[in-house]
Amino acid sequence: MKTFTFERAATPDQAVDAFTAHERARYLGGGTNLVDLMKLGVESPEHLIDVSGLPLDEVERTPEGGWRVGAAVRNSDLAAHPGVRHDHPVLSQALLAGASGQLRNVATTGGNLLQRTRCPYFQDTSTPCNKREPGTGCSARGGAHRDMAVLGHSPHCVATHPSDMAVALAALDAQVEVLGPEGRRTVPAADFHRLPGDTPQQDTVLRPGELVLAVSVPPPHEGARSAYRKARDRASYAFALASVAAVLAVREGTVTHAALAFGGLAHRPWRARAAEEVLVGSAANAHTFARAADAELGAARPLGDNEFKVPLARSLAVNLLTTLADRSEQGA
Amino acid sequence: MAVHDTPDNSRTTDTGSAMSADSVAGTSSTGAAESATTGNATGKSATTGNTTRKSTTTGSTVMASTTGSDSGADGSLGAPVSRREGAAKTAGEARYAAEYTPEGCVYAWPVPATVPRGRVTSMDASDALALPGALAVLTHENAPRLTEPDDGILYVLQNDRVPHRGWYVALAVAETQETARAVAEAVRISYEEEPHDVRLMTDHPEMYHPEKANGGVPGDRERGDFDREFAAAPHRVDATYTLTPLHNHPMEPHAATAFWRDGHLTAYDSSQGATTVREALATLFAMGEEQITVVSEHVGGGFGSKGTPRPQVVLAAMAARHVERPVKLVLPRRELPAVVGHRAPTIQRMRLGARADGVLTAVGHDVVTYTSTVKEFVEQAASPSRVMYGSDASRTGHRVVALDVPTPSWMRAPGEAPGMYALESAMDELAVELDLDPVELRLRNDTQTEPDTGRPFSSRHLADCLREGARRFGWYERDPRPRMRREGDLLTGTGVASSAYPVLVAPSTASVEALSDGTFHVRVNATDIGTGARTVLAQVAADTLGAPLASVRIDIGDSDLPRAPLAGGSSGTASWGWAVHKACSELLASGGTKATADTTEDVQGQQDYARHAFGAHFAEVQADTVTGEVRVSRLLSVFAAGRILNARTARSQFIGGMVMGLGMALTEHSVIDPATGGFVERDLASYHVPACADVPDIDAHWIEEDDPHLNPVGGKGIGEIGIVGTAAAIANALYHATGVRHRDLPLTPDRVGVLS
Repeated sequence: MKTFTFERAATPDQAVDAFTAHERARYLGGGTNLVDLMKLGVESPEHLIDVSGLPLDEVERTPEGGWRVGAAVRNSDLAAHPGVRHDHPVLSQALLAGASGQLRNVATTGGNLLQRTRCPYFQDTSTPCNKREPGTGCSARGGAHRDMAVLGHSPHCVATHPSDMAVALAALDAQVEVLGPEGRRTVPAADFHRLPGDTPQQDTVLRPGELVLAVSVPPPHEGARSAYRKARDRASYAFALASVAAVLAVREGTVTHAALAFGGLAHRPWRARAAEEVLVGSAANAHTFARAADAELGAARPLGDNEFKVPLARSLAVNLLTTLADRSEQGA
Repeated sequence: MAVHDTPDNSRTTDTGSAMSADSVAGTSSTGAAESATTGNATGKSATTGNTTRKSTTTGSTVMASTTGSDSGADGSLGAPVSRREGAAKTAGEARYAAEYTPEGCVYAWPVPATVPRGRVTSMDASDALALPGALAVLTHENAPRLTEPDDGILYVLQNDRVPHRGWYVALAVAETQETARAVAEAVRISYEEEPHDVRLMTDHPEMYHPEKANGGVPGDRERGDFDREFAAAPHRVDATYTLTPLHNHPMEPHAATAFWRDGHLTAYDSSQGATTVREALATLFAMGEEQITVVSEHVGGGFGSKGTPRPQVVLAAMAARHVERPVKLVLPRRELPAVVGHRAPTIQRMRLGARADGVLTAVGHDVVTYTSTVKEFVEQAASPSRVMYGSDASRTGHRVVALDVPTPSWMRAPGEAPGMYALESAMDELAVELDLDPVELRLRNDTQTEPDTGRPFSSRHLADCLREGARRFGWYERDPRPRMRREGDLLTGTGVASSAYPVLVAPSTASVEALSDGTFHVRVNATDIGTGARTVLAQVAADTLGAPLASVRIDIGDSDLPRAPLAGGSSGTASWGWAVHKACSELLASGGTKATADTTEDVQGQQDYARHAFGAHFAEVQADTVTGEVRVSRLLSVFAAGRILNARTARSQFIGGMVMGLGMALTEHSVIDPATGGFVERDLASYHVPACADVPDIDAHWIEEDDPHLNPVGGKGIGEIGIVGTAAAIANALYHATGVRHRDLPLTPDRVGVLS
């Protein structure tokens, strides 16, 4: 039997100290992913530090008028938070589009960010996988890859990041506060996850022992509308085939602010900077939106069976931007 | 015959106060007006309508009444009685195979092969056995020897062959389940890999025509001159439909607990038939059946995957003998796809030829599928085309190739479910070709003799199902033109498909005893896999005995009870019910206190009729033009399945089948990775069974059908017909919504594509 030790941290500092003091330690949030991976043999930590009870379970106003979301806030609670729903519908919608009600009741904000890919080969220890065992090869590239990445993948890994919430955070210019052995720092949510390159085993830019404390979302842009839209195989409890988070402000027919991020397309939430460059300052119409989507998706390199993701993501983006522009025009 | 959609609960009143909780029943999940009948629960004997259901005609008068129908007038039969074991299940008191823990019980964990084909060259369990709590590692080198059975999937740990990825090559046994798993993972195995082939292709050089397909149906059939009739037909459809492998995935994984005592083997097994499992164990272990007891008292679903004995019970029994302790084995969910069967993929070419008036002249149905190298299983998907519609000529057949894949087997309505999808999709294409209403096209091809055999149907109310379904669904207001109904991003369409399932029945025995306190004890080794069989059989007994339902005690799910066939092929209630009915009748006739019945001669002496249940599905779907997502917004079906014996559990069966058909149409699919040789979708997060959100409005109705050529209980079997044809109705609705015909299931966004 694989044994491990377990402790409940009382403070973030204590948690980080505990991590430093143990070999192969892992932080445990809601356990909806880590525990699964332990059962699968993908993760075999020797020491678990339960951080779900840390005093990080509040959604608070920031001095700038944004929201600071503690890492232990449950997905259901964050999705239902009236202030978040009012200021950032995209975030609430993204959370509600993810997982199932039962999972959202348990999953935490920090854990959601740090969940691992659901690539079937990553989860199957009997097959090669560079993310799980660097250097063994990628089974997905030449195998079942319908759900895999079309953007930013490498010869070493074609996995996608599964989170919906993280896509919304990337579009909202959120900041991730982390505490590590070397102290606190803040990482932009859009840069928190990384591309696989030749080190696909590293999902994020977190350094060893760093613990997510909170996610801060800046106040909404004036006049901006935001929303999330996801395409999936069944109506609930299915990961995104493709999804899009968008924030759009339009004044007198011209886009004044745009933030766009795709989910289900890459190893990380895909902040669409090229699309945003096309959008800002352009006329808010379907032609612009299509041009913007194409500017981003032109870089797509589908693998064969996932070619459908490119037109799907384009359609999602154009549709969502059009909806937001209409709402913005109507002041709705 | 009466249209039945609101069970009249007055019939429960003769069951005494025990039934007072059964106060609400309906057949609509959404229509409050249709489900508002609340039964009285006065506890007094029923006096209503006991003599109104004695008709023996097969007439087709449809009563449009929606309330107060007279089903269930014979005692408690037909009444929506709730499950006898419901409270025990809710309280966690009903024990499943893994919930028996005999004293000294230890645990097993299997080791699946990680190569797609080859042989085991070495097996090193030294590290594994060094783990504290490790008891044994069974391999082909040390496991008890078995007698080779007909079903090769049970011949486990007997040789070094690896016929497919996931085949069990070892079994770890330890004091705890966790240790057993660690032991299993510490076994070091070397393989000699051989080239493997898991790709199903129509032009595979080793493709052959099987003599028989599943169910003993002929592999190939030809009637008339198909080529000539098809070539001469003024209107033709020639289209190919494909289905991926599909998995049963019952909620309860396959599990067994086994122990030996004084040469007697007892096994608690999650199976659809304890008698069948006992027979298999007797063969494998070369024992007399009287030396074996198999218990399957409560089973959490099977959908065919527990219809044939599965490796868990053999492995548990082997391990228990080896370590001389009781052994419990629960198969991991991720391993089920490789070892408990699946629906084989099919590539089906349909060719229909018709006259201008829609009457079929030629029906061609060519099925290509695979089996494994372990045993031949041929999904008999051409079967529906031999039953459904008349034609001048027909050619129906199967071709199969043995690949290095896990062995396919029964999954709810094997043959009928995939076959009806192809036939009823092609019928829809023909209706479009002819510019004829699809309901009308089916009515014009209705027949009262089975096309392939010329035998008369014992009863066939397909036309009534189609008409009644069309009326309820609002079909006749339909604009046949595709892609005409758009609201925002959504295109809406409606579709129809017929359904049918053969009436199967097998010999069974049963006993009944009249006890001195005025109650009765019925014994029959039936299995309740969640269907309500236990409850329905008690109703049959009470009805036959003229006794209150509460006075009937029934024992099922144990091979020490009078032997009985398995729960499969929608045959359980007919088979067991017949024996229960006969035993009870003989008890009454004899005036004694005990009676035992055997229906072997009755079953063999049946008149030569074609017996099938029929039905019609109506679906409304919405296709999202932005994403290609397809969701069912309404699903309504009407069935003619003989006499309905319990309105509550019947509705549950019908709707369960329909939801499974919805999954087949829209969400469920599985892929074998050509490189690894294994299934990719191996958990319930990636194998997409429909979620509640996928099933917004679903409704099952039935026509009360009196068929004098069935068993004395009068039921045709209802476990499978719900899934048959559902996928076609949904796919046809998608065509109507979008104007694009998709012929590959499931209809996921990658296949449907962006529509705007």
